[in-house]
Amino acid sequence: MKLYLKYAAILLKSQMQYKTSFFMTTLGQFLVSFTVFLGMYFMFDRFQAVEGFTFSEVLLCFSIILTSYSLAECFVRGFDTFSGIISNGEFDRIMVRPRNEILQVLASRIEFSRIGRLIQGIVVFIYAIPASGVIWTFDKILTVVLMVVGGFFVFSGLYIIYASLCFFTTEGLEFMNIFTDGGKEFGKYPFSIYGEEVLKFFTYVIPLALFQYYPFMYLIGRTDRITNMLLPILGMLFILPCHLFWRIGIRHYKSTGS
Amino acid sequence: MKKYLSFFRIRFIYGLQYRAAAYAGVATQFAWGGMILLMFAAFYKNSANVFPMTFKELSSYIWLQQAFLALFMSWYFDNDIMSSIVNGNIAYELCRPIDLYLMWFLKNMAVRASRVVLRCAPILLVAFFLPEPFKMSLPNSLLEGALFLLSLVTGFIVLVAFSMLIYITMFYTISPVGIRVLAVSTLEFLTGAIIPLPFFPEGLKKVLLILPFGSMQNTPFLIYTGVLSGSEALQSIFLQVIWFLLLTFLGKRFMKHALAKTIVQGG
Repeated sequence: MKLYLKYAAILLKSQMQYKTSFFMTTLGQFLVSFTVFLGMYFMFDRFQAVEGFTFSEVLLCFSIILTSYSLAECFVRGFDTFSGIISNGEFDRIMVRPRNEILQVLASRIEFSRIGRLIQGIVVFIYAIPASGVIWTFDKILTVVLMVVGGFFVFSGLYIIYASLCFFTTEGLEFMNIFTDGGKEFGKYPFSIYGEEVLKFFTYVIPLALFQYYPFMYLIGRTDRITNMLLPILGMLFILPCHLFWRIGIRHYKSTGS
Repeated sequence: MKKYLSFFRIRFIYGLQYRAAAYAGVATQFAWGGMILLMFAAFYKNSANVFPMTFKELSSYIWLQQAFLALFMSWYFDNDIMSSIVNGNIAYELCRPIDLYLMWFLKNMAVRASRVVLRCAPILLVAFFLPEPFKMSLPNSLLEGALFLLSLVTGFIVLVAFSMLIYITMFYTISPVGIRVLAVSTLEFLTGAIIPLPFFPEGLKKVLLILPFGSMQNTPFLIYTGVLSGSEALQSIFLQVIWFLLLTFLGKRFMKHALAKTIVQGG
């Protein structure tokens, strides 16, 4: 942990060397997700509600998924850019060091400029807190925290799978984007609006709905079942098979030689 | 002219190399398009009466958007061109007896076109065989199909002409990331890549349709689906041509101005 913090401090310092570029990128990140927000605003301006969810309720969902996604993107970026680490031979260097590989990959890149997106998530969240009409008791606050943490774990798990696939293919697989990028993009609406099959897929195969749709229903008071609130914890377990897959991948690793 | 054509050919063939990536891309775009349609379907179920077009038209629109994504993607920039500005290789380009603007323009077109050639056919083919409300349908008449093709090409060159302006701003700012991200996200939104322009509020939509943003992907896709037809379609193609001429004129002027001031910083 201490080592990780040291890495993080160094990365922060190096990114701060180019201050203008850093702030421009942060601003850019903010703008990119701002257009998504505007798109949602226009849709609700026209349609008022979707499947019984109002704009402010959907915003709550949007801000939670945006926050957990940008946290994952910020801290687990090393796995996202893993094909680069493999193809330039950096992973060989990582393997020979007497430290855990995951820690080193995690610490190799931390993208602080993703804060732009995080800020957006938080701003929208602050707006949605009073507007959504949720009465903020302790269990509701706990639900939000669980959703964000659960989301962070599931997205991280997806990045780890993405990186592990690189052991077999060297190149990153574009298809995984559907689950990471797409998860953020389509997760702005509760997954139930896409229909039964999609919801099932995101429950049992890629557990995005576990930290999104089910606890969200509890949050806005559509259901009283306490299990809904606790489902993100089950979602966090998704990281275990991902880790296993990573171990299998490492055993398969052959250096590219460059 | 021959040398420009061969530039186009080289980049085009180079782009065709990435076949495996293209097939992975097709699958991704297909899933992406499907999710977008399901999302709109949910809104449609809620209140069909405020839907600006029929669902059938929207399905065609979304599949066209996915199939021709590479023509209109605003986030794509040629890395060769970008790095040549940053690392000074542009000095070599300037020594050659060619028009830099035209060459870059063609390079951009070639890469985008090669991607579309690889991707559009499988996407459209599968989309034609989907179940009813989600399937891609044929244009209403042969004439509309022809107009669609014409305006697809003009829309494409309007977008490339616009993105040329973004390349040219790189001459003035050494750090390219900032402006690019800013320009790309605005362009993305205003051309209707996030939600189609007919879903925008009326007032804003009217303004965007006059500006070049409405003349990119919006026009050909609306002509295909039949939302724009007859004289309206012809008018919007005319507008596309005007924007193309205006944007290339501006681009050439700016480029000349930029090159007159360019200092290659040694190295």
